[in-house]
Amino acid sequence: MSTKTIVELSCPTPLAAKDTILLGHGSGGKLSAELIRDVFLPAFQNPVLARLDDQAIVNVNGQRLAVTTDSFVVKPLFFPGGDIGSLAVHGTVNDLAMGGAMPLFLSAAFIIEEGFSIDELRRVVNSLHQAAAEAGVQVVTGDTKVVEKGKGDGLFINTTGIGLVPEGLDLSADRARPGDKVLLSGSIGDHGIAILAQREGLEFETQIKSDSAALYPLVGEMLGATREIRCMRDPTRGGVSSTLNEIAERSRVGIELEESSLPIHEQVRGACELLGLDPLYVANEGKLIAIVAPGAADAVLQAMRRHPLGAEAQMIGTVKKENPGLVTMRTPFGTTRIVDMLAGDQLPRIC
Amino acid sequence: MKYLDEYRDHRIARALAAEIVQSTTRPWVLMEICGGQTHTIMRYGIDELLPRGIELVHGPGCPVCVTPLETVDKAIALALQPDVILVSYGDMLRVPGSRSDLFRAKAQGADVRIAYSPTEAVKIARSNPDRKVVFLAIGFETTAPANAMAAWQAKREGLTNFSMLVSHVLVPPAIRALMVSSTNRVQGFIAPGHVCTVVGCKEYEDLVRDFRVPIVVGGFEPVDILEAVLMLVRQLEAGEARLENQYVRSVSYQGNLPAQQIMDEVFEIADQKWRGIGPIPQSGLRLREEYAAFDADRVFDLGEMTVDEPAECISAQVLQGLKKPTDCPVFGMRCTPENPLGAPMVSTEGACAAYYHYRRHAVAS
Repeated sequence: MSTKTIVELSCPTPLAAKDTILLGHGSGGKLSAELIRDVFLPAFQNPVLARLDDQAIVNVNGQRLAVTTDSFVVKPLFFPGGDIGSLAVHGTVNDLAMGGAMPLFLSAAFIIEEGFSIDELRRVVNSLHQAAAEAGVQVVTGDTKVVEKGKGDGLFINTTGIGLVPEGLDLSADRARPGDKVLLSGSIGDHGIAILAQREGLEFETQIKSDSAALYPLVGEMLGATREIRCMRDPTRGGVSSTLNEIAERSRVGIELEESSLPIHEQVRGACELLGLDPLYVANEGKLIAIVAPGAADAVLQAMRRHPLGAEAQMIGTVKKENPGLVTMRTPFGTTRIVDMLAGDQLPRIC
Repeated sequence: MKYLDEYRDHRIARALAAEIVQSTTRPWVLMEICGGQTHTIMRYGIDELLPRGIELVHGPGCPVCVTPLETVDKAIALALQPDVILVSYGDMLRVPGSRSDLFRAKAQGADVRIAYSPTEAVKIARSNPDRKVVFLAIGFETTAPANAMAAWQAKREGLTNFSMLVSHVLVPPAIRALMVSSTNRVQGFIAPGHVCTVVGCKEYEDLVRDFRVPIVVGGFEPVDILEAVLMLVRQLEAGEARLENQYVRSVSYQGNLPAQQIMDEVFEIADQKWRGIGPIPQSGLRLREEYAAFDADRVFDLGEMTVDEPAECISAQVLQGLKKPTDCPVFGMRCTPENPLGAPMVSTEGACAAYYHYRRHAVAS
């Protein structure tokens, strides 16, 4: 399912009754998890869905198909490093790739607000087409709906993807084991900060670009190096922190990060300081996290670094027996802190 | 952000920590005033680097946390009026009032917008002449000049659809209130560097003299805080009580005079209620009579509201350094950042929330 973050609440008592949807329900944090747990899972429960990975893997006549769907409501529609069209491809093919699947086909549905410029739509569609071509997938079906002016926000896109999972490969968030290594394919926070900077009209010395990219080629290299990969995730909404918290929770393990090994570009770090944000919670669209068996970690890291999408890959932490369900971080000061999951969206601080 | 790196350098930090260990012969209780400093202490585990005898207690300097429930309730009531656009700093949106928060008001259809600076609210007022724009003007002396500037600008432009719901708090009266309390344990203060950048050091000098308590104006990075602790320990060990400035790269003795002028032009000192602590005389700011037309409290006739805090919350003791967040029986159980029962669990800079976000594992084990 596309609401990606599933954890048990760390608070043992139920939260205060909530009867309306808040923006935070779409943030990928605790509120999203709660919504899935309380509303969606009880209605749709089945063994495939119960795995709660970024993609469903189903058996059809002996073939293992990966299926996933994602909706894109980004504002602004065009941003440095991409647009809603390319993002609609990357988001969905990456969810397939995180299951080890080679992406094959996409659907694309457009919900357009009355009054939207056809010229802009054409730009988005062309970009979507180009991104699909680069990712080696075809858009084979689609849908168009138009809503009255004021009833939509320009343009929303939904894409569904189908891919094939190689025989014998089983990647899932519940497979992390103590001793495993945590690898990250590159710098964090670029996408979220690029969007925020564009939306708020913030200017920096050099432009921060979204990292939006199709990750399957990198995944292919990694799987070529070893099959000892337990799990892969792309840390989109909610950032690296939410993704790792989810893995820690699902695998009932602790994850300990090394703060000094986190790759963060200087510009992103500066922007985060300025805005009072923590890059660990900022969205990425072209990065992956892999949990890898200890013996294979170096080989996978080398394979990642050989690919342009993984040139800045780092080993950022280790899976531990201690503190199951929690992500902690060793600071350069030799102290340890929790890297918590947020309830909703990260908010800029007042001072 | 290269200029910050040296203040996060772990070698410098460890060297300072070693010096603190060497300089400490007795236990001392120190308070960092500002929530930003508390946040840094928890995030980097600064307290773990200190000798056992040095206890850091966390002061009331989280502006979001100490904003009274009544102000949040008023903001929500205003936001729900159909012709109002309520503009706020981002982290106020999740702060629960007595029944709801601004996020929920937004979900009910209220027009609530986040601004990075109050002048954005003035801009919104300018471009929406048919709507009433209310800025939720909260904070310490740090945000007061910018908030004052917004009112000043609105007045100069003759805007009739802009007002501010003001809940401003001042640091020195809070320190004074702590010091005169019969239960006070604090022996030295790290004063908030950003507040002093604006208002200077004069008032802190008065506090040092009146209470014979050492105060060091401190910054917000790990090295800043360790250096401030070292300066305090050295004074305490030597039996001295002086005002020292650790944050010299930002704070001057007289502060930022133009900022003080605009504050003084727009605001006057008034009694103020602090969430979790209660009323402190002369500890807040309100708009001067000349700016009454921009005072949402007067423009909208909101009346007086009084709301009681949940009785189980021990925030008053936490904010005075009498108890640690983890001493609270409901900490992390029925009181979490998602469902806070009291002020210090509200914002990430509140002491309880900082413990919850960064230290839960240590509590559990």
